[in-house]
Amino acid sequence: VLEADIDSMKRIVILGGGTGGTLLANRLRRPYRTEAAEIVVVDRDDAHVYQPGLLFVPFGLAEARRLTRPRWRQLHSGITYCQAAIDHVDVENDRVYLGNGNTLDYDVLVVATGAQLLPEDTDGLTGPGWQRDVFTFYTPEGAEALRRALDRFTGGRLAVGIVDMPIKCPVAPLEFCFLADDYFRRRGVRDRVDLTYVTPLDGAFTKPVASRQLGGLLAAKGIELVTEFSTGTVQAAGEPGGGGRLVSFDDREVPFDLAVVVPLHGGADYVGRSPGLGDELGFVPVDSHTLQAKVKPNVFALGDATDIPASKAGSVAHFEGEVLAGNVRRFLAGGPLAASFDGHTNCFIETGGGRALLIDFNYDTEPLTGHYPGRLGLPLLRPSRLNHLGKLAFQPLYWHALLPGRDIPGISPAMPVRGKRRPAAPAGHG
Amino acid sequence: MPTATYAGHDVSVNDEGFLTDPDQWTEEMASQIARSEGIAELTPRHWQVVRFMRAQYQAKGTGPTVRVLGKTSGVTVKELYQLFPKGPAKTAAKIAGIPKPRGCI
Repeated sequence: VLEADIDSMKRIVILGGGTGGTLLANRLRRPYRTEAAEIVVVDRDDAHVYQPGLLFVPFGLAEARRLTRPRWRQLHSGITYCQAAIDHVDVENDRVYLGNGNTLDYDVLVVATGAQLLPEDTDGLTGPGWQRDVFTFYTPEGAEALRRALDRFTGGRLAVGIVDMPIKCPVAPLEFCFLADDYFRRRGVRDRVDLTYVTPLDGAFTKPVASRQLGGLLAAKGIELVTEFSTGTVQAAGEPGGGGRLVSFDDREVPFDLAVVVPLHGGADYVGRSPGLGDELGFVPVDSHTLQAKVKPNVFALGDATDIPASKAGSVAHFEGEVLAGNVRRFLAGGPLAASFDGHTNCFIETGGGRALLIDFNYDTEPLTGHYPGRLGLPLLRPSRLNHLGKLAFQPLYWHALLPGRDIPGISPAMPVRGKRRPAAPAGHG
Repeated sequence: MPTATYAGHDVSVNDEGFLTDPDQWTEEMASQIARSEGIAELTPRHWQVVRFMRAQYQAKGTGPTVRVLGKTSGVTVKELYQLFPKGPAKTAAKIAGIPKPRGCI
């Protein structure tokens, strides 16, 4: 290696070895010779969880330990994996300070540390009822504990609530309701369970067409919908003042015997300790089409860590990763960035009974009916066996195609328009 | 596009009654919009939130959500709901003459 090569060697530091960080690192490793760019991925632990699988754990349809693999094993050779906590980023001086006292200088920084759960930010949520009659399925431990609680649950009021947006996979709590309905039916106790879905939104979902469709499914399954409910306090069962209940800031109450709560979300703690990097909630403000951070040109972010108006979902991180890999290379080559991320999101929604529906949308187009990716594809916004099989088939694709950074046929960053049915009148933006 | 008349001026509003052009808003309109939202009188605490909403909209192009308001406006979420019982972010945005805060997706 010539000295000139060493001088021109660039270091790309990716904070976070989850979906976005891993697939981006792998996509960046290929085009660079090892002496042209060093790629370092930092994460505080070595457990890469296939998060979409957590939904199935409470119903005994998946096991948390089978959803987890080592982070480093998902990275191509030639990528440095550094397991360390992150103390803060000195954006001005292009330097990451690690929890172990070491520092990492970078030419390009990518924030991919996702969103964290903040259950302690809601009054009473982590009180005496936590993991006893109040649960979340958003962590492997929580999902396993909830499985045991559901096993014991033979009747009563089950409330499923979102404290506030944004949350990861905004459709997951709805899917949980549909699967719970199915689960209790199979056990023959459905008529003894009152199921209630509690949301801060003004409908089952943010976007009009999908909200109508999903609201209709809730009604058809006898699941009560409570809207515009901003949870202020969670009171556990058996505490003074009676049974368990969710209490909103405007003093409405939803009583429960068992509560499944999706806690508040925020960005990683170190983002808040890094001057200029994050917003009030710890998410990184970026250009929603190039994914370049607003704080400095050599900083980028993807996945759940950003503030863009798209779902916090693996499909978004995937589509962003393809765009961002190109933009990191363009930036290092001194060229203009491509403003090509369109907000494309794609989610299978389990509806129970071995069926699922599929939604596909972007910044400008709400989820519509029709087929994906073209007229002969999977049915959109309609429960079907095919979509359920698609959701199950996705798990091996995740480990073997998506994370390694391979292109998956029929799934591309730009949202397909073919096959979608437009509403007769403009629906307006949700 | 529907219109509404506040403080003697015609302004354009959307289906939900939010002003479509924040520049058409004047402080005189605020108390009249507030009354139509069931708030009889705007106190200095209301005004603190309304002014904060407008400043945030001007800086960021969207009004803050309740959670961000609770963290940054100097008024707690609990008090925000006492001031604007029908939903602080939505009601304060309407009174402040800015679009409905972009909900998260």
